[in-house]
Amino acid sequence: TSAGGFGIGREALPEEVAAWDVNVMPDGTGLPEGSGSVADGEMLFSENCAVCHGEFAEGVGNWPELAGGEGTLADKDPVKTVGSYWPYLSTAWDYVHRSMPFGNAQSLTADETYAIVAYILYSNWLVEEDFVLSRENFLEVEMPNADGFIVDDRPETEYGQWRAEPCMSDCKDSVEITMRATVLDVTPDEGADEAG
Amino acid sequence: MADTSDLTPSRRAFLKGTAAGIAGAAMGAGAARAAGPDPLITDIQPFAQGLGDGVDATPYGLPIKFEDDVVRRNVEWLTADTISSINFTPIHALDGTITPQGCAFERHHSGAIEMSKGEYRLMINGLVDKPLVFTYEDLERFPRENHVYFCECAANTGMEWAGAQLNGAQFTHGMIHNMEYTGVPLRTLLQEAGLSGDLEGKWVFVEGHDASSNGRSIPMEKALDDVLVAFKANGEALRKEHGYPVRLVVPGWEGNLWVKWLRRVEVTDGPVESREETSKYTDTLADGTSRKWTWVMDAKSVITQPSPQAPITHGPGPMVISGLAWSGHGAITRVDVSKDGGKTWETARLAKPGEKMALTRFYLDTVWDGEEMLLQARAMDETGYVQPTKAQLREVRGENSIYHNNCIQTWHVKTSGEAENVEVS
Repeated sequence: TSAGGFGIGREALPEEVAAWDVNVMPDGTGLPEGSGSVADGEMLFSENCAVCHGEFAEGVGNWPELAGGEGTLADKDPVKTVGSYWPYLSTAWDYVHRSMPFGNAQSLTADETYAIVAYILYSNWLVEEDFVLSRENFLEVEMPNADGFIVDDRPETEYGQWRAEPCMSDCKDSVEITMRATVLDVTPDEGADEAG
Repeated sequence: MADTSDLTPSRRAFLKGTAAGIAGAAMGAGAARAAGPDPLITDIQPFAQGLGDGVDATPYGLPIKFEDDVVRRNVEWLTADTISSINFTPIHALDGTITPQGCAFERHHSGAIEMSKGEYRLMINGLVDKPLVFTYEDLERFPRENHVYFCECAANTGMEWAGAQLNGAQFTHGMIHNMEYTGVPLRTLLQEAGLSGDLEGKWVFVEGHDASSNGRSIPMEKALDDVLVAFKANGEALRKEHGYPVRLVVPGWEGNLWVKWLRRVEVTDGPVESREETSKYTDTLADGTSRKWTWVMDAKSVITQPSPQAPITHGPGPMVISGLAWSGHGAITRVDVSKDGGKTWETARLAKPGEKMALTRFYLDTVWDGEEMLLQARAMDETGYVQPTKAQLREVRGENSIYHNNCIQTWHVKTSGEAENVEVS
């Protein structure tokens, strides 16, 4: 189909598209010119990010850890960070540039974003301390968990076995309570107050 | 004219009424004989004598004060702050299927922003014949549709993967709402911008006006199917916290894709693999690999009454077991209820035939013998999918998926009528 139909709306201007269309694809499409070093990134991170994410991107309190957790994804409590989990560096650049710092988003220039992403890579021991990240070498960085994702396979692994007429009687010999929420007692009090 | 400012009779009647109510409850259910005349009947009540509020008292009303417990609640320890956080719909206290907007759950990543219709712009760009900008007024000129759909957060019930944790249906299953939306099919807007050539392998990237942007990638097939660009919910404008003035409605798919304050739709030749579809909304399996693009919310149900926040207070006798069922694959066709932890099941009554990708209310009209119960509900959808147990889910996925926990929930109802969130063998 060709454009039009109702003739509603107006053509977007190039400046408008440039202002809003800032996403970066895994193949680097959308990355602007620029570069930034680990050293610059360390200073910028300390000023803009460390209050929540820690000086070494290790996280403060309940705020997200950006570094660490290598090899923990199959553990009981995996530590999922940019280094241990994220498949694409494009996502880190895009997200930092668009939505961080929390509460002051879209305040970082392209060069500053390159530098902060370089520092996050360094915090994850994925680059050396003299590393400079740029549009040119962006795709050379290897993300450890790049192959860690599969497309939703529920149709193959789950739906077949669970699309069956279910049991209605004598479905099991015995039933025991194996866990109780009140043992943990982490539900907010007001949740139970209305019982009366 | 009666003097409505004199509160003394009102207070006395209220206290007497309360006392009578307690006495009545203590007698238990059934056609019990009254001990004496009920003063709520034999005494003239103030509301039967005086006057109520004028029609000018409340231009836009809130629920009566006696319902002030039917509210959204948050769980402080779940998130680092309340801005990128979640709260919960009081599903334990609601009935039917339509969620009142004022207590419908919220999930923000950088807070609920305030923008006017005048400030609103929607851009369609990327692989289209002509990139377009729409104002809010423009959107209301396109042909509209109305649909009822559930919006369930991908993380609903996510805290329950490793065990029974939160004690109440509001907390275990309340990251959900169900509204009647009015809006324009996304297909109409994409066609207005012009889709040329082979659409195979093309995607749309959708993002919001807020600082988090919440950008997500959606395959073109879904974008052209039933995705709605909505500006009304339950008859009125969207609430601020639900995306005013315009949000995306993505039927059957995880709530994160329902981008609020929608500002841009870009046609792309592949997925962006944004933060919200890599770091988040990917489901880690036991071996450490993770599923991505787990968009559909599978069939699920929960008993809302009785439940930990809604205990049985009337004693043994006739009672209604009530709950909600839903499926992202289509309509709910059947809900079974067990009172003995899954040994035996009875098929419940659907209040209305199930509608596609919408909440369905079920009832089991039954008699409680006063004994303990292990209550469960099990939903089935039109594809024949039967809601699994948590053990079945863990068998495939392990305990670290975070998202998409649609397991059968168990409530342990005690002889007192109180209920607790439990797991059973």
